[in-house]
Amino acid sequence: MVDIVTSHHSPVTSKKEVKISIRNLNIWYQDMQVIKNVNLDVEKNKVTAIIGPSGCGKSTLIKSINRMLDMIPEAEVGGTILLDGQNIYDMDETFLRKRIGMVFQMPNPFPKSIFENIAYGLKIHKMFKSKQDLYFKVEKALKQAALWDEVKDKLDKFALDLSGGQQQRLCIARCIALEPEVVLFDEPCSALDPVATVKIEELIEDLKKNYTIVIVTHNMQQAARISDYTAFLYLGNLVEFGPTQKIFTTPQNKMTEHYLTGKFG
Amino acid sequence: MNSRKVKEFVGFAILRLATFLILSALFIILYFIIIRGIKVINWQFLTHKPCEGMTSGGIFPAILGTFYLTLCAICFALPLGVAAAIYLVEYARQGRLVRIVRIGINNLAGVPSIVFGLFGLAVFVKYFGFGVSILSGGLTLGILILPVIIRASEEAILAVPNSLREASLALGATKWQTIYRIVLPNAIPGILTGSILGIGRAAGETAPILFTAVTFYSAKLPTSIFSEVQALPYHIYALMTEGTHPETQIPIAYGTALVLLFLVLGIDLLAIVIRRRARRRKW
Repeated sequence: MVDIVTSHHSPVTSKKEVKISIRNLNIWYQDMQVIKNVNLDVEKNKVTAIIGPSGCGKSTLIKSINRMLDMIPEAEVGGTILLDGQNIYDMDETFLRKRIGMVFQMPNPFPKSIFENIAYGLKIHKMFKSKQDLYFKVEKALKQAALWDEVKDKLDKFALDLSGGQQQRLCIARCIALEPEVVLFDEPCSALDPVATVKIEELIEDLKKNYTIVIVTHNMQQAARISDYTAFLYLGNLVEFGPTQKIFTTPQNKMTEHYLTGKFG
Repeated sequence: MNSRKVKEFVGFAILRLATFLILSALFIILYFIIIRGIKVINWQFLTHKPCEGMTSGGIFPAILGTFYLTLCAICFALPLGVAAAIYLVEYARQGRLVRIVRIGINNLAGVPSIVFGLFGLAVFVKYFGFGVSILSGGLTLGILILPVIIRASEEAILAVPNSLREASLALGATKWQTIYRIVLPNAIPGILTGSILGIGRAAGETAPILFTAVTFYSAKLPTSIFSEVQALPYHIYALMTEGTHPETQIPIAYGTALVLLFLVLGIDLLAIVIRRRARRRKW
């Protein structure tokens, strides 16, 4: 076992608001334990990055937060995850996922028009009063995702004809159209080129004003650039968690230091 | 030439020959049916009833009967088959029960069609009392093509990328909303292709309708789903086995065969067109 160093209580003096609280989380895929007793507090309106080598359980951890793990029948979850103090397993999963949106590794727009992609969630949750209202909300989401200027003249065009980076921003717009409280990003830039990556990163910086953000990334520089807090996960253990600057400059754990300096991973 | 090259040459030659033989079989069938059938085909042949004890006239009632039977079969089998496929792929826990159901469906596809005919006679004609009718024959054909439709639908549903399901569920859609709004619309071309191939199969079958729906000759066109009908495949059989004027009946049989052949080929062509159009769309 690895020592868990949690330094997230000390450095910041101002009062913090915890949005998501993960307590004693254990996740098994059949006999294999992929998450081992993880405790983690996600602060409201901040970006929390989860880093670690491939197969360390990053994706599993983030997918447990909006219960996408429910899709995998052999996954078993122990422990609690609280959203604003309420256990997510006491909520209806569709309502939970409306409050906690998710952006995936590969851009996955629906094979529909750009407009219909954004409108989908709004229709599912009946979140509009009239056609104008629907249009207005689609426009708002596309503007927030910094995609509006590029697509405003072709909302009826097929979404899959957009570039990869545009598709990913479309997926972000689709997600924030529902006005979620938390947005989970599961390696959102790993399929994108550097220019598209910069745009997504700028967008995430911008979004944290309104949303609490958790991002999984295998790119340490990305975590350093955009996150306020960083969690280092290794073989299912949360090795170290704290303010990003502290983790990257003075890691408390040898493993974290070795990973950050590229000795493994 | 060294021996490796010789082996390669011989190997390819055999493969090429096999392909050629298959193709030529198809063309020989087409050639003989067309040569013998084309003589009797004209507008009257397609739009008139048979007359003078099957020795002249047209085959319109048989065309109509085959159309009704296939329509009835597809109306029954398509919703049922698609629903079963959705259940098997999206809802059922992939375990022993589903495996057994799949084996059952595959076995259903292997049952000889005459057995379906007897089953239809016992269940639809007698037990349910539908009589020898379009309904009985259509239902029997429907069961015959169910495995085709279920398998095609399963494949089409499985071909919809999981990332789309994830995207929908992550937006807070229910499983049913995801299936109804995302999975099915994207699976429809594949489902249609399979179903159309099923229609082609149903249109050409003789045995299942032998005891359940067809009659050798009916003076009037069917008036309801409880009417018995003439059908193309059975019409050929009847012309070749009954009656006393083979010299006039056999050409009519070939003409009928030609019509049936082109009907089935046309239906398959439609399936190919739909599949090609669907393939052009990328995910």
